[in-house]
Amino acid sequence: MIEKALKGGSRYWLWIGFLFVLIIVGFLSYLKQLAHGLGITGMGRDVSWGLYIANFTFFVGVAASAVVVVLPYYIHDYKRFKGITILGEFLAISAVIMTILFIFVDLGAPSRVLNIILYPSPSSLLFWDMVVLTGYLILNIIIGWWSLDAEDKEMEQPRWIRPLVYISIPWAISIHTVTAFIYSGLIARSFWHTALLAPRFLASAFASGPSLLIILSLIAKRWAGLEVERDAIKKVSVIIAYALAIHIFFVLVEIFTVFYGDMPAHTDHFRFLFLGVTGKRFLVPWAWGSVICALIAFITLLKNSDRLNEKPLVFACILTILSIWAEKGIGLVIAGFIPTPLDEIPRYYPTLFEVLICIGIYATGFLVLTVLYKIAASIRGKNRPFS
Amino acid sequence: MNRRDFLKFAGVLAFGIAAHQSVNLISQSRARDEKKSTKAWAMAISFSACARREGCRDCIDICHLIHNVPEFDNPKDGLRWIWASPYESVFADQTNPFNRGMLKNLSVLCLCNHCDNPPCVKVCPTKATWKREDGIVMMDYHRCIGCRYCMAACPYGARSFNWRDPRPFIKNINKDYPNRMKGVVEKCNFCEERLSQGLIPACVDICPEKALIFGDLNDPDSEVSKVLRARFSIQRRPYLATGPRVFYIF
Amino acid sequence: MNPLILKERLKKRNSFMVKIIIGLICLLIILFSPVGYNVITGRTGYIPLLKTPQYQGDCVEGTIYMRKRHMEVLERWRNAYVRDGIKRYVSINGIYNISLTGTCLKCHSNKAEFCDRCHDYGGIKPGCWDCHHIPEIKAEK
Repeated sequence: MIEKALKGGSRYWLWIGFLFVLIIVGFLSYLKQLAHGLGITGMGRDVSWGLYIANFTFFVGVAASAVVVVLPYYIHDYKRFKGITILGEFLAISAVIMTILFIFVDLGAPSRVLNIILYPSPSSLLFWDMVVLTGYLILNIIIGWWSLDAEDKEMEQPRWIRPLVYISIPWAISIHTVTAFIYSGLIARSFWHTALLAPRFLASAFASGPSLLIILSLIAKRWAGLEVERDAIKKVSVIIAYALAIHIFFVLVEIFTVFYGDMPAHTDHFRFLFLGVTGKRFLVPWAWGSVICALIAFITLLKNSDRLNEKPLVFACILTILSIWAEKGIGLVIAGFIPTPLDEIPRYYPTLFEVLICIGIYATGFLVLTVLYKIAASIRGKNRPFS
Repeated sequence: MNRRDFLKFAGVLAFGIAAHQSVNLISQSRARDEKKSTKAWAMAISFSACARREGCRDCIDICHLIHNVPEFDNPKDGLRWIWASPYESVFADQTNPFNRGMLKNLSVLCLCNHCDNPPCVKVCPTKATWKREDGIVMMDYHRCIGCRYCMAACPYGARSFNWRDPRPFIKNINKDYPNRMKGVVEKCNFCEERLSQGLIPACVDICPEKALIFGDLNDPDSEVSKVLRARFSIQRRPYLATGPRVFYIF
Repeated sequence: MNPLILKERLKKRNSFMVKIIIGLICLLIILFSPVGYNVITGRTGYIPLLKTPQYQGDCVEGTIYMRKRHMEVLERWRNAYVRDGIKRYVSINGIYNISLTGTCLKCHSNKAEFCDRCHDYGGIKPGCWDCHHIPEIKAEK
């Protein structure tokens, strides 16, 4: 089936070429990081996790959000999700590959990464994260590939895919729960040590992931001729609206709990995030930007809930993605470290190489996504010309 | 061999490997339980004795010298095994408006607390850090993958990472002790290499005011046991129940 | 089937096979080019020459054993010292302190003339030296 991705028009190959350029730039930057050490990034002794882990957290959410389309289609037999389910599964594959790459580039001694498997440590959430992410990747590759293959051969889906799908649904929840537990299990970081973190992660994942899915589906419809039912997009946008509402509610709950009790150990992180201290307000624009984007996105989605206007929908989706990326990525990870256990306020900003490596990984994810969507388009959109 | 047979074989092989590894894991932990506990190393730091010499850095200098801890210009790359911070930062939870005046400018020595219930050991995905029977939280620099999860988990800021190759930044290399490579986490090890030769930690040894008291908590006659029974002591962030083995006495 | 069509298909397959075989031969030539280079320039008989100037007493294990398995010994030493707290190694030749710099390099003190000779020849770059120190070479009397 992969040979279908090797046939395309000039626009397709230009896009692939562009992605390869970004990947090569990212790869060369990574070589520089291997040679120099992780000091080439903006991370330091006090803020020891940065843009890489922020992106990892966000994209695990995107990967988990495939369940939003898989569950109704397979469990509730909601046939109108037929077109979008495969796109969701392929987005999950691409997102998991990105998360694995983000963790890999964040390691100080990546040649030893197999130590996680050779010397398993069940008390460590990072170990379990590797287990569940690898399992989820394999599950989605098998499910996505074989169901599309069956469609290509105009046969019914093989029967053994069903139990795998049933496993993949709680598995999707588990990958993001385990990721949340990485943070919420740490007593040292009071900003993360909240039971609500896992529910927050899931709510924001179910808002941001399907937003990305809608945007990609509309792009796939326009450029690759992949048909996705209007009703499917409308239903997914409703799910996004609800998930966004729950996410906003959860954030407000956190803010109440922290500020009503007014313990400095808890409020200090929120104060730094939303107000900053003199001379160090670098997270404030991200925090407020996230809030404003989320509110505008939510209102837009509410106003358009009874019809399907593409422009406002895409606008709301973009704002949702940006808002949650800023909140769950940058805001969560960096503010967890500031103030430090010694009440210091260090500075963090990503360096050029850090950003280039991230862009390289984004491009890799998009490459995987493009190839997979191209295969899907050539099987499904048989009557449309490809770009 | 056709595809189905190959898959069956691969499945049995994978299961066998997993079973073998689990048996290893279980038998390892059993072996550890059977060993009897020997010593329980702990340290007591006296604020008043340390404050007698303002600006003294002997303990920090000797530790970083013999352990080849590098020195960087850029503070974010900085590494430290032992350092001094103001009392209000170290004991923010034990500062009230009245004692704040007395403790102003009081510099407190901080190091790895070698906790009884170390959160860093819990989160390490490769067991590159573990708690030894004698209480020391050890580091295996060969196994560390540099994920820095332990740094996020440590409530005391005791761990540092080698953000770049440290060797060019070590002022005076001590050839009797290795340095670390870039990409691994390091921290105070209670001078376990000296303890194995019957010596006390270098910081304790060199302090001109004898502000650092070290010893075996399991031995009621050790200096640290006697001083902790005689004088009031506090620990850093005790409500976290990590059980630090570094105590502070006035 | 039409014999003409069969002939076409056969011709296509054969030309395809020829291309594959030519490609395979090229691959084999590229893969074995370093070996070929050594054969042509007459270097196949090269054996690294090792020097141990400050040889004091017996090595930890026998020479042939160490030549084959010194990496395994070092790995066992590493785990024993760091993880199990075992500081001394008992062998037939005596009791030794487990230490790369302090024991091995006490005798094999000239890394360039000993360790590097085989390692450079084999293209091996052990990571030990990132952390473990090489003692100063004392001037030979």
